[in-house]
Amino acid sequence: MFAAIHSEPSPHLAGCAADFSPYVEETAPDTVVFSVSGLARLFRSARELADAIARRAAELGLANASVAIAPNPDLAVHGARGFRGVTIMEPGREAALPVDVLDPPPEIAMTLAMWGIRTFGEFAALPEAGVAERLGPLGAHLQKLARGAGERPLVPAKPDAAFEESVELEYPAMLLEPLAFLLARLLNSICARLESRGLATHELHLRLALDPRGEHERTLRLPYPMRDAKAFLKLMTLDLEAHPPGAPVAGVALAAEPVNPRVVQHGLFIPLAPEPQKLEITLARIAKIVGEGNAGAAELLDTHRPGAFRMGRFAPSSAARAASGARRAALALRMFRPALRAHVDAPDGRPARVAARGVKGKVVACAGPWRTSGDWWRAGAWSRDDWDIALSDGALYLVSRDRHTGAWHIEGSYD
Amino acid sequence: MKSSSALKAQIESAIGAHFAAQLTFRERPPAELAPTGVAELDALTGGLPRGAITDLYGPASSGRTSLLMSILAEASAREEVCAVVDSSDAFDPASAAAAGADLARVLWVRCGGRPDHALKTADLLIQGGGFGLVALDFGDVAPEITRRIPIASWFRYRRAVEDTPTVLLVVEREPTVKSCASLILEAKRADVAWSGAPGCSRLLRAMRLDVLPRKPVHAEAASFDARAVG
Repeated sequence: MFAAIHSEPSPHLAGCAADFSPYVEETAPDTVVFSVSGLARLFRSARELADAIARRAAELGLANASVAIAPNPDLAVHGARGFRGVTIMEPGREAALPVDVLDPPPEIAMTLAMWGIRTFGEFAALPEAGVAERLGPLGAHLQKLARGAGERPLVPAKPDAAFEESVELEYPAMLLEPLAFLLARLLNSICARLESRGLATHELHLRLALDPRGEHERTLRLPYPMRDAKAFLKLMTLDLEAHPPGAPVAGVALAAEPVNPRVVQHGLFIPLAPEPQKLEITLARIAKIVGEGNAGAAELLDTHRPGAFRMGRFAPSSAARAASGARRAALALRMFRPALRAHVDAPDGRPARVAARGVKGKVVACAGPWRTSGDWWRAGAWSRDDWDIALSDGALYLVSRDRHTGAWHIEGSYD
Repeated sequence: MKSSSALKAQIESAIGAHFAAQLTFRERPPAELAPTGVAELDALTGGLPRGAITDLYGPASSGRTSLLMSILAEASAREEVCAVVDSSDAFDPASAAAAGADLARVLWVRCGGRPDHALKTADLLIQGGGFGLVALDFGDVAPEITRRIPIASWFRYRRAVEDTPTVLLVVEREPTVKSCASLILEAKRADVAWSGAPGCSRLLRAMRLDVLPRKPVHAEAASFDARAVG
């Protein structure tokens, strides 16, 4: 089912429709049509729904608003344009509408006038083949509309980017607590608007006007779209604690990027995973302790440089993995970051004795050298020989010799 | 002095059979076990207990990290989300990937040699919930430092992880969790397998590892190879 509102052009027209549905088509400056499917649980009948829409239009000050409810968008628009007040477009009701409501091109309007066709009913009664022959495809389409048989889908308007709130402060805020109070108010307002439009956000922009001059900007990027004002407030206060503005705050502006919410199919057998909102807050708290960039998911880089990785954002997905089964344990390396500078005796080129901070002993077995090099075409070139060594105390290490400088390092221990 | 059973019988007769169930000791159900991915160890212990602390200790090159990587690989294969709280910044993502762990499912927290940060982080992760495994890696921290962690902290962790499906695994050099751990595993160096002749074409092939359950006590150790190649 679809509802249409026709009134004097007003900026509140789309907002009135958006109060009832997230799918609103702004057909013309004076007309909107929107889907009301699914509202049957809230309103007992189409009449009750139409009355509620008319009341809301009156509250918003829409002058001469007429409301129609119909099975398709075109019929709803025609009903709202052709009838005053509230109309339920039951079958056959459209027959009384004047053909002018179809807004035909001047030549078709003139032809219909010459034929004495004044209403939808009269136009619909004409033979289809004759209409198509004389008025062309557009005439046939208009006749179909006159029969109330429009089939086009709704073309919802893109949500406006007005998910923004701002406030100017009479006295600059110097503490986080009063600022958090203001942020809570702004976030609640934005989240309420997002929720009324069935949207969420994955990016929040905060702009703080500083006293006496300057701005402090922060952007909060989320791995999943959310609209939980409390979670946003916690994340934002943690972010501001980590990156405080350098001066008192004289104004706050907050904007959210609207996106479709995340749709997740829950199930009994879905493996354990942290709740996205909770995880984001936990990660923000951890970042506050260990520093930004020290908590995340490691990503191996496409290079032969030993130990190359970068820290990515931790957002575990539910992508299917191979089932657990028999696998063989692999020998793991514990890295020393940074690598330990070592003094190595290598009389015949092979390590024979190693001494470094916390590591000392005679080499009882070794394998190598494993030579690697790369990036010789840029500043970060490396060229080294790696050795796997076993010391007399039983410990296994990976040592390397830089071929440019001749320096030895203990890269890590096998454990 | 009356024995406790006689006292219980007297109270039950006094207040009637209606409240008998309240006076009966309810045994806790056995903990669910999460496989480690090492068949020899799973055969011995059944796996790591969920909702409890497991203490894995041993000296350097005793195979603790290889076992940790295997546990991570097994947990991520079950599509669980894991966390490694790395006190000394020693975690090697390449080793984890080679063991079969899905790095996208492993949260790595680098604490830069601050055990206090590691403890706070582990606390937050357990409180946040939803992790199948939280590994607290003190593998390179001197035992003198880990011994300073108050026992009350371990009791708190044990209480926090209780009644959750999370495995809290502590990797260290010497056992410090003691009575708060439900499972204590000692890793021992066994043997190193090299191929080729000394001085010519030698290759580190594997390390033989022995893991001995200390609590509950088992007489025999789980022995397995951690392969460096092939």
